[in-house]
Amino acid sequence: MDTTPKLSLGPCQYFWPRTVVEAFYARVADSPVDIVYLGETVCAKRRELRPEDWIGLAGELAGTGKQAVLSTLTLIEARSEMGVVRRFCDNGEFLVEANDIAAVQLLHSRGLPFVTGPSVNIYNAATLRHYHRLGLQRWVMPVELGRDALQAILGDAALPQLQTEVFAHGRLPLAWSARCYTARYHDLPKDQCGLRCIENPEGMPVHTREGEHFLTINGIQTQSGRVTNLLPEWRDLSAAGADILRLSPLPEGTIQRLHAMRQALDGDPAALATVNADRAQTCNGYWYGQAGMTLTAQAEHP
Amino acid sequence: MELVCPAGSLPALRAAVDAGADTVYTGLKDATNARHFAGLNFTPDSLARGIEYARSRGRRVLMAINTYPQPHGWGQWTTAVDRAADLGVDGVIIADAGVLGYAADRHPGLPRHLSVQASATSTEALQFYQEQFGIRRAVLPRVLSLTQVTRLAENSPVELEVFGFGSLCIMAEGRCLLSSYATGESPNTAGACSPAGHVRWEDLPDGGLETRLNGVLIDRFRPGEKAGYPTLCKGRFQVNGNKLGHILEEPTSLNSMELLPDLQAAGITAIKLEGRQRSPAYVAQITAVWRAAIDACRARGREFRPQEDWQRTLARLSEGSQTTLGAYHRAWQ
Repeated sequence: MDTTPKLSLGPCQYFWPRTVVEAFYARVADSPVDIVYLGETVCAKRRELRPEDWIGLAGELAGTGKQAVLSTLTLIEARSEMGVVRRFCDNGEFLVEANDIAAVQLLHSRGLPFVTGPSVNIYNAATLRHYHRLGLQRWVMPVELGRDALQAILGDAALPQLQTEVFAHGRLPLAWSARCYTARYHDLPKDQCGLRCIENPEGMPVHTREGEHFLTINGIQTQSGRVTNLLPEWRDLSAAGADILRLSPLPEGTIQRLHAMRQALDGDPAALATVNADRAQTCNGYWYGQAGMTLTAQAEHP
Repeated sequence: MELVCPAGSLPALRAAVDAGADTVYTGLKDATNARHFAGLNFTPDSLARGIEYARSRGRRVLMAINTYPQPHGWGQWTTAVDRAADLGVDGVIIADAGVLGYAADRHPGLPRHLSVQASATSTEALQFYQEQFGIRRAVLPRVLSLTQVTRLAENSPVELEVFGFGSLCIMAEGRCLLSSYATGESPNTAGACSPAGHVRWEDLPDGGLETRLNGVLIDRFRPGEKAGYPTLCKGRFQVNGNKLGHILEEPTSLNSMELLPDLQAAGITAIKLEGRQRSPAYVAQITAVWRAAIDACRARGREFRPQEDWQRTLARLSEGSQTTLGAYHRAWQ
């Protein structure tokens, strides 16, 4: 059986202009990615693309042989925000990634299979089995868990049909708030934010007072300062049970990284070195059971 | 409305009961609850005594088992649920779906409350937990505005409990990994945020002070400036290379007392006070003030106004001596 992991592109966490989004996914269509997650997962006010536009994009990507999945909003605060979640869950064609239990409820009650994103808390086999009984087909491991937890959860759960996806590259989604930090930075009320997130294609850096790039603010979301990169460790991820490696879109380098990673999975060591090139600026601590921000030397791979 | 008060020790539990708590919430001395601090919390024996004390005065005791177990610790969490059932607590407060399922299967008669750590913010999410695990009540995250809380209460399939006072989590609870990003331990995994074992206080040559969390500089204080605990989201950082300050939140506490008539009218079942890590004296003071406020609100309804001396007492007991309405007030967001 081929155990080479598949590559996925997670939902774009940032707010890009429509033309940029369209150009980006046109390149994704030509890239060697297997699964593409689409939709606005951070802020309901970001409407450069409407739900119908995302569903249309899903159709185009599906036409190129990718599996398209629609991703739902993570933090739901107003009843009106459930409208978009419901629209995705009722799309009638594409698999849906639930990023909140509300979407799990909708999908389960419609008898639909579903994926859970990294912000749905699955920390043990009992939880995984419960969601599996409700229709869970694939789960993205919460980003603060690592190799040992993954192996133990999958070992206990014994669900051979279930697919496991690991957040392997990109800025880690760390927190969600009622408060919009981008609006706060601009001294604007959240309700009159002017959609200023669009000015920051990869969020705004948060440094400590001694210059360490510690966090990134992205509207109501807080991300890691460092980009996490587990791609060089892909054999370790695969051995621990990861069927799919997720790359989270960044404005630069994502498409090239997909190409390089595909070559690396096909056995090209030079391509793996490319994927590992910016190592000093990355982190991988969560995978090794340590602080997420740390960079741990990986074991030698054959 | 029911007043739900914190207790991290038997003296604090007694203090809460004596000061007028309807219900006291507790946790065991381990990582099964979200206040896993050294020297805090209950052994089964001390909790049994606490339950006896509360019961004999007509009050209730809840046990929080509200962190997220991983496989290696699973048995500890199920044991905690069994203990809660054996001790006869009036309910367990749980976040993890696996633990909820265990409790519902093994102890169907033990009332289950959904912890704030489960971050249920919609009718659909509340329905999910009610249908899957038969929860009686849900504690709402501190990310909803008063309007959103009110709308949710209109359609809620379960009782709702909201936060009234105490330390303010500004992130959706159970979904905040800032602490583990910096230290490897989060509320979800270790029952603690910005854990003390990773904190360093360093004196500066000029008489000032720096606070670090696992080496990360969280804040720097001038000589004489009041230095707070380095909770990650309340540190001072720089955004975009220019704006320096409390970019996420100031050190401040939540105080929603002025909203009591609205919460009562919305049909909120219970008001929760945060602070299991605080002293019995603190618990006694905040409980007494909120007892008086809830009683006054029940009597006067829309005419209720918080008394100035209550608000002064709460401000004095607050982080940074200041309070906020937090997300209840749209302008804060």
